[in-house]
Amino acid sequence: MTYEVVIGLEVHVQLKTKTKAFCGCVNEFGLKENTNTCPVCLGLPGSLPVLNEKACKMSVKVGLALGCEPRQSVKFDRKNYFYPDLPKNFQISQYDMPFAENGSLDILVNGVNKKIRIKRVHLEEDAGKLIHPEGASFSLVDFNRAGTPLLEIVSEPDMHSPDDAYQYLTDLKLILQYLGVSDCDMEKGSLRCDANISLRPAGQVKLGTKAELKNMNSFKAVKAALAYEIKRQKAALENKEVIAQETRLWDEKKEETFIMRSKEEAHDYRYFPEPDLPLFELSAEELRDIRDSLPELPKERFKRFVSVLQISEKDAVVLVSSRELADLFEACLEIYKEPKKIANWLIGPVLSHTSSNVSFEAMHLTPESLTKVISLVEDGTVSNLAGKSILAEMIETGKPAQDIIREKNLAQVSDSCELGSVIDKVIANNKRSVDDYLAGKENALMFLVGQVMRSSSGKANPKVAKEMLTERLKKC
Amino acid sequence: MKEKLNTLTAHELQGLLSAKKIDAAQIIADIEDRCRIVEPKVRAYARAPFFKNASNAGLGNSELSFIPAVIKDNICSDGDLTECCSRILEGFRPPYDATVVEKLKSSGSFIMAKANMDEFAFGSSCETSCFYPTRNPWNTDYVPGGSSGGAAASVAADEAIFSLGSDTGGSIRQPAALCGVVGLKPTYGRVSRYGLIAFASSLDQIGPLTKDVRDSALILKIIAGYDEKDATSANIPVPDYPALLAKDIKGMRVALPKEYFVEGMDPDVRKALIEAKNKLGSLGVTFAEVSLPHTEYAVAVYYIVATAEASSNLARFDGVQYGLRNVEVRNASEPPLISMYKETRGKGFGAEAKRRIILGTYVLSSGYYDAYYLRASKVRALIKEDFDKVFKDFDMILTPTSPTPAFKLGEKANDPLNMYLSDIYTISANLAGIPAISLPCGMTKNGLPIGMQILGKPFGEQDILRLAYHYEQNTAWHKNKPSL
Repeated sequence: MTYEVVIGLEVHVQLKTKTKAFCGCVNEFGLKENTNTCPVCLGLPGSLPVLNEKACKMSVKVGLALGCEPRQSVKFDRKNYFYPDLPKNFQISQYDMPFAENGSLDILVNGVNKKIRIKRVHLEEDAGKLIHPEGASFSLVDFNRAGTPLLEIVSEPDMHSPDDAYQYLTDLKLILQYLGVSDCDMEKGSLRCDANISLRPAGQVKLGTKAELKNMNSFKAVKAALAYEIKRQKAALENKEVIAQETRLWDEKKEETFIMRSKEEAHDYRYFPEPDLPLFELSAEELRDIRDSLPELPKERFKRFVSVLQISEKDAVVLVSSRELADLFEACLEIYKEPKKIANWLIGPVLSHTSSNVSFEAMHLTPESLTKVISLVEDGTVSNLAGKSILAEMIETGKPAQDIIREKNLAQVSDSCELGSVIDKVIANNKRSVDDYLAGKENALMFLVGQVMRSSSGKANPKVAKEMLTERLKKC
Repeated sequence: MKEKLNTLTAHELQGLLSAKKIDAAQIIADIEDRCRIVEPKVRAYARAPFFKNASNAGLGNSELSFIPAVIKDNICSDGDLTECCSRILEGFRPPYDATVVEKLKSSGSFIMAKANMDEFAFGSSCETSCFYPTRNPWNTDYVPGGSSGGAAASVAADEAIFSLGSDTGGSIRQPAALCGVVGLKPTYGRVSRYGLIAFASSLDQIGPLTKDVRDSALILKIIAGYDEKDATSANIPVPDYPALLAKDIKGMRVALPKEYFVEGMDPDVRKALIEAKNKLGSLGVTFAEVSLPHTEYAVAVYYIVATAEASSNLARFDGVQYGLRNVEVRNASEPPLISMYKETRGKGFGAEAKRRIILGTYVLSSGYYDAYYLRASKVRALIKEDFDKVFKDFDMILTPTSPTPAFKLGEKANDPLNMYLSDIYTISANLAGIPAISLPCGMTKNGLPIGMQILGKPFGEQDILRLAYHYEQNTAWHKNKPSL
């Protein structure tokens, strides 16, 4: 029998606010355990939460970017469950009046366009972290993370393969990065993803019983866990076993999922309205301001790069794949109006030097420095090859291009006197090629130009060298 | 001075202090003397008072300079034991001051003692305290009411000048009535709840218990106001309540809800209320009977909403961070974490707390939420509408505070439903969020105080204080003192 795979994803992202969601503690990671806390995020008796307006506005922003209907009146609820990393033993979350609902995200998978509906976007507080010292009979809790803002983005079960899920996550992450609301670093936990997956016989309307998968710490792991789960559920269905509704954890090493808890053990969260927080109301004007503050999103940018700037689709995909790169591209364009040339430099030499966690600025790559290098190559001051080594040197030392050219003597030689002696030498030392050329083999000329370049340590202007060579060879 | 300073009010002491007629140190000395005599009988305090704090008091020439405050054991004060009279909070010393405590301190006052209370404010008799019950200063066989029983008794017994209590369903007003003092529950949002250990967050308010109405106005003025640490506090200016007391009350329209004056009502209470009405009538106040048709549902609604919120608010008491932790293992096959939760909460909470946590957990459970919590929330809105309608035509509402005067210790302790009915007249104000004051208006044949309640419009504290003040000026009930 053939089965249809049905996947829905719940994505949690840590919002990049200055302070935590309900208190004034800074929203920072890597501090010494339990030093970034206060009575509110520790849930001490008598303390009360106060809503972080920035976190709310970010949530609305994400909702709008995902095409959701934002709510003007937003409610917070308590999700009740006991766990030692949860200081109040309830989490402030949202139940039936979240920030945004009913949006969608269009993804392109293997050339096919798919619309993935977004069910809801809601804000909640993160929990602390449990630490289990090896061999100890106790556990420790670090509450630094407690109360930091988490945005949960829930999709409808509109994905049908691990590839769909992978692409959805990639596109969603890009949008969130464009909005500047989160680092979306899965390894650091600033983006987490739970996947709901079920199988049903092809053609059946009723959904199969789902499993919820947790503990995947990369998009690749999500893909692998889903692929594993498809195999597992398919085998079970084919053996006429009943699929149990359960939560399963992905084991990265064994590359398999295992059961964490069954439906019977699932919590009754006893949601009810958080009485300590009034409704969060957004005026039409505030909503409009947030809408106006939305940046151009990757999809629109891609379209503009292709249609207006005549960039190839292949290159445009690369350029918009990071907001920083696309921003740099456009900033360069302000100074030097050659989109294709800039794109080639960015996608080629520049990207070969970058790594994901170092900013362009830290690499001394500013629109000014970059366009300087490009224009030096274009006006013939330096060769293409020299341009690349200037770029490398610039990234390394931060020195201006002019200085590097001077220090390394990289300026291109177009002077006929200087070139003349080099050309004479090349003609004298390459008899065979000269003969070949004279015998009509045009290719031999390029070889000779190459020799001139080599003899001049790349400084010769190849165009001038070629012209001079042709002249001299006529006399031979 | 022939009068002992502990018997005076804050405004009287202030007058004497600024006229330099008394020495500030004498205030605390007189209170200390009084405590030595009466505290063993009354047991108003959760633990021994700390008179030494007096040395930190008296910031300049403020309204409460040198005047000690007693606060209920559920209001946090920096470094002081604050245990809600519950074993589960054993040893808990908050590292911060509640906003009301900050405000008292910056008005020159200081915290002299934490008052005994029903555990987590769950009760109407002060008998569910994990320490001991407080007794009614008028007759120590009787309860002082609750849950702010200690706060009320300390003021009534003159071992305090004033106190702060909290009121979720009548916990300031009912003990004030039973002890013969003035108790005010402000409008929801008038006083910051920051630092008040929550019972039911949507109902709780902190308010003063005082010897007269002027002190009530004075203390309210000091503790009221917007607080950025409490998102439910109202950003509405605080009137100068004491300055508004004397304004004439002629022509004030007062409603008498028929649902509050029913057959079988305690005859002493009925008689006192009729007399109070007549007295106010002689001062130019007009009365008319009205209906608050949803009153009969108030107790049911209250015990759903309040317990639901309490079950969640009290979840944090789990032995992880503070308070009691019991790691006794009774069932070795159980995960140790679960054992810790069970043993800690099992041992830490008293019977009434457990009863309410279970009730609240039940009404929020999946499958029951709509039938209980949601429906209760809807009826709550109807109860509020009842009041809104009456306040279109009337300035305030007059009712008894409690259906009966004080009852004997143990009389209702094993009858929770009967106990819950003690708050039948006070609960609605919390559900509707409106302000209400209780003040003495008579004595029973047995010599126990009777209280009347005045309910006002939201943020209309100045009106109910004014009516209460004029009544008080024309009666002498507040001058009665128990003989201890």
